[in-house]
Amino acid sequence: MKRRDFIHLSGMGLGALMTPGMLAMGNPVTAERLMEPGIDAAAKKVLADIALNAAKAKGATYTDVRIGRYLNQFVITREKNVQNITNAESFGVGIRVIAEGTWGFSATSDVTPDGIKACAETAVAIAKANSKLQNEPVQLAPVQGAGEVTWQTPIKKNAFEVPVKDKIDLLLSANDAALQNGAAFVNSALFMVNEQKYFASTDGSYIDQDVHRIWPNFTVTALNKAEGNFRSRQALSAPMGMGFEYLDGLASEKIPGPAGLVSYRNSYDLIEDATMAAKQAVEKLSAKSVVPGKYDLVLDPDHLGLTIHESVGHPLELDRVLGYEANYAGTSFATLDKWKTGDFKYGSDKVNIFADKTQPHSLGYVAYDDEGVKTKEWDLIKDGVLVNYQAIRDQVSILGENESHGCCYADSWESVQFQRMANISLRPGTEKLSVNDMIKDVEKGVYIVGRGSYSIDQQRYNFQFGGQLFYEIKNGEIAGMLEDVAYQSNTQEFWNSCSQICDKDDYKLFGSFFDGKGQPSQVSAVSHGSSTTRFDGVNVINTGRKI
Amino acid sequence: MAILTKEEAKQIIDKVLSYATADETEVSIGGGRTGNIRYARNTVNTSGETNSISLSITSVFGKKSGSTSINELDDESLKKAVARAEEIAKLAPENPEYMPMLGPQEYIETNTFSESTDKINPDYRAQVAIDSIKPCADNNLTAAGYLEDFSGFNASGNSKGLFGYNKRTSVDFTVTVRTADGTGSGYSGSDYNDVNLLKSGPVTALAVQKAQASVNAQAIEPGKYTVILEPRAASDLLGRLTFGLDARSADEGRSFMSKKGGGTRIGEKIFDERVNIYSDPTHPDIPVAPWSGDGLPLEKTKWVENGVVKNLFYSRYWAEKQGVEAVPRPRGVIFEGGDQSLADMIKSTERGVLVTRFWYIRAVDPQTLLFTGLTRDGTFYIENGQIKFPVKNFRFNESPIIMLNNIEAMGKPQRVDGSMVPPMKIRDFTFTSLSDAV
Repeated sequence: MKRRDFIHLSGMGLGALMTPGMLAMGNPVTAERLMEPGIDAAAKKVLADIALNAAKAKGATYTDVRIGRYLNQFVITREKNVQNITNAESFGVGIRVIAEGTWGFSATSDVTPDGIKACAETAVAIAKANSKLQNEPVQLAPVQGAGEVTWQTPIKKNAFEVPVKDKIDLLLSANDAALQNGAAFVNSALFMVNEQKYFASTDGSYIDQDVHRIWPNFTVTALNKAEGNFRSRQALSAPMGMGFEYLDGLASEKIPGPAGLVSYRNSYDLIEDATMAAKQAVEKLSAKSVVPGKYDLVLDPDHLGLTIHESVGHPLELDRVLGYEANYAGTSFATLDKWKTGDFKYGSDKVNIFADKTQPHSLGYVAYDDEGVKTKEWDLIKDGVLVNYQAIRDQVSILGENESHGCCYADSWESVQFQRMANISLRPGTEKLSVNDMIKDVEKGVYIVGRGSYSIDQQRYNFQFGGQLFYEIKNGEIAGMLEDVAYQSNTQEFWNSCSQICDKDDYKLFGSFFDGKGQPSQVSAVSHGSSTTRFDGVNVINTGRKI
Repeated sequence: MAILTKEEAKQIIDKVLSYATADETEVSIGGGRTGNIRYARNTVNTSGETNSISLSITSVFGKKSGSTSINELDDESLKKAVARAEEIAKLAPENPEYMPMLGPQEYIETNTFSESTDKINPDYRAQVAIDSIKPCADNNLTAAGYLEDFSGFNASGNSKGLFGYNKRTSVDFTVTVRTADGTGSGYSGSDYNDVNLLKSGPVTALAVQKAQASVNAQAIEPGKYTVILEPRAASDLLGRLTFGLDARSADEGRSFMSKKGGGTRIGEKIFDERVNIYSDPTHPDIPVAPWSGDGLPLEKTKWVENGVVKNLFYSRYWAEKQGVEAVPRPRGVIFEGGDQSLADMIKSTERGVLVTRFWYIRAVDPQTLLFTGLTRDGTFYIENGQIKFPVKNFRFNESPIIMLNNIEAMGKPQRVDGSMVPPMKIRDFTFTSLSDAV
């Protein structure tokens, strides 16, 4: 199965569609193999130098080498059964060069001196061949060589060291909790990823990074057989840049919300959430169908993260703005001329959105990106005004900057690195404000929790979002569950309708584990932090139909 | 090097099976060459070519199965891989839904391989890009496109005597053309097994024409419109309908194919009687490998006949549980059409919208198969039988089930992404908002 097909499927939601055998990314290995160390940094440096020298000898003016070992383990269950366990390893080297002002890239799984030398020479040959077809010579922003450095995601429990049996037991316990509380079906899964990446470049960097990510997830379905109705509720977990400690379910990381809801910050209680999900899926079967119209929306961070991703993260990727993604993901409404005015009001004064690759526990957290640039935090929208984009070494000169933002990424050693979304987050409000306080002031509104259906146009103007849970707000109080809710808006209009943001006590990360971009398509994982936020007078439609 | 002959593949598979000690063993071997070229802003950004071969082994003890894959085919590597798959299988939990492997099967021959596609080289790819970029650059337009080609093979065999072999080629070309001021955008694309059928010049010319014709789109009110969907637009929605024709979720009560009170809607007329959907691995325009993912032979299968649901996919496990024959999922489907041309459909339309393609389609409600998404790269208003002017893009919220009950007319099916889909004229298609995107 092609990776992009997998993305397509996962985009449709975990659940009935996810069948065993779909998920291997790399060569299947034993679970024990995932705990074995790869080759050490000293050996990788020797191999990397072979590539740097071979490329230079053939005429490259710049070279970077990524020796990557990518490990993943997916455990998938439904109801009382384990459906699939995949342990996969992918190991190889990707070499990128500039020759005659043009990029060339080649990759090989033959990680030997001869294999690497041949691969570097191929990369140079490709660059030279491509130079005849391109008319924009590469301009690389300078980078200070990092020397020899190592970095690891600050995890407490390496997920690969937790026995598979414990993972199965945890998932089956969650399934059981859901079945005991009214669910007819439960599909649950644990995704665990470890990227062991060694980067070396002619700038004098030798960077060894060990990156960990985890995502527990489920879909619970309740049925009304007599009526032929079904409703699902997905997990309110977030994929995180953490180890297995994310599943500790610490009480200190739970944020109590309205209507008995619980939001999980940096520690997730899978069984508690599965229990609540089953009850809520049952409740959804008989919930009131929404009356379409204008509502004030109170959006939970588990929901708002996806809206930030689609309506701010993507349109502010510089390669999209410039047209490099025109044939696939699209371009952007946030054009350079708007940015150059210096007063383009993307949102209301309350809206401050920043990019980073440095937030602890986030999916994007690394010390250096995949072209050896030290990561940082920078503003995209300040007091509602568009101030910057996301750009990498060969793009920042267009913005008049001489330092890359550090958001270059490749999803594998065999994929060429390119500009990918950093973590994009909404700064919390500076005044003390809880979710309950926010709801008290809403006369006619909807409180939306969790990610649901999502769609946005190719320039990121018009979007429509659903959710997992919808609650009617009437005169400052929650007045019961709603169904068939989706809201439609225009990015600039929507962010300008932002009227209140809860404080930092409500701030948490949402994540997207399999964000797709490029041709051939690559995935990337990215987090979006926010606190619960209010948007006034947004158009809500009713999605109920009879067939 | 990457394409093995049937005999070479069988020899390797038999060798692997001879090393196996598991109750059941399956070996698949596949490989080939994938090449691509990508351009944007009228310049080539990336191009590449990968040759690879991969062999995977699934070993089964009782109901425990384990898989592994390797890229080396020497005896020592193969022996190690068998041992690893067997080790993984022994450690695996039992799969209560495991089905014993199939014995020998009769697979029909399908014409999936083209010598011409197999001979594609970097020069050809570069020429496609140049031929696409030049007319755009000459006319103050910007091209972004992607060509991907594949030539390779797949072979499978197991310890119960099953063996199948298929050689396949494919080529897929798409291009988006935008006006320099960003007020017009057009898209076109083609996919084939045989590259001789690909006329990349006319594909680009159509995208150019759409880009130029879509400049300065006007806003019209969203609402219910008669739409004429070009084959790509129709395919964008209908493909999602056929993807969901799964018996198990229907039997479980969690599909649009579930019957009130239990069971599936097989036998019910749920579409206009002109709706006929079938699959056929030997179809000359969309030939595919003659077996499904679980090894069952693919044969001509009717899914919808005269608006009546005839079949749903049954996995081998679910078929056994329900006491019916397994029905494999097809690799491509044929939507039968009608005899109207796109021009005929436009001529007979008093007021309507012509749609080139849809974009960012996502499920809104699986119960009713409601989808949302947007029009893109060429949307036009039709009045009194003529295209009047380009219109701003719309967001839709529509179910293909409702759509296939509102058919006005259909045309001759064309190949789109491996399926055959006709242009369709549909009444009362629901557009819910406007988009400023070009």
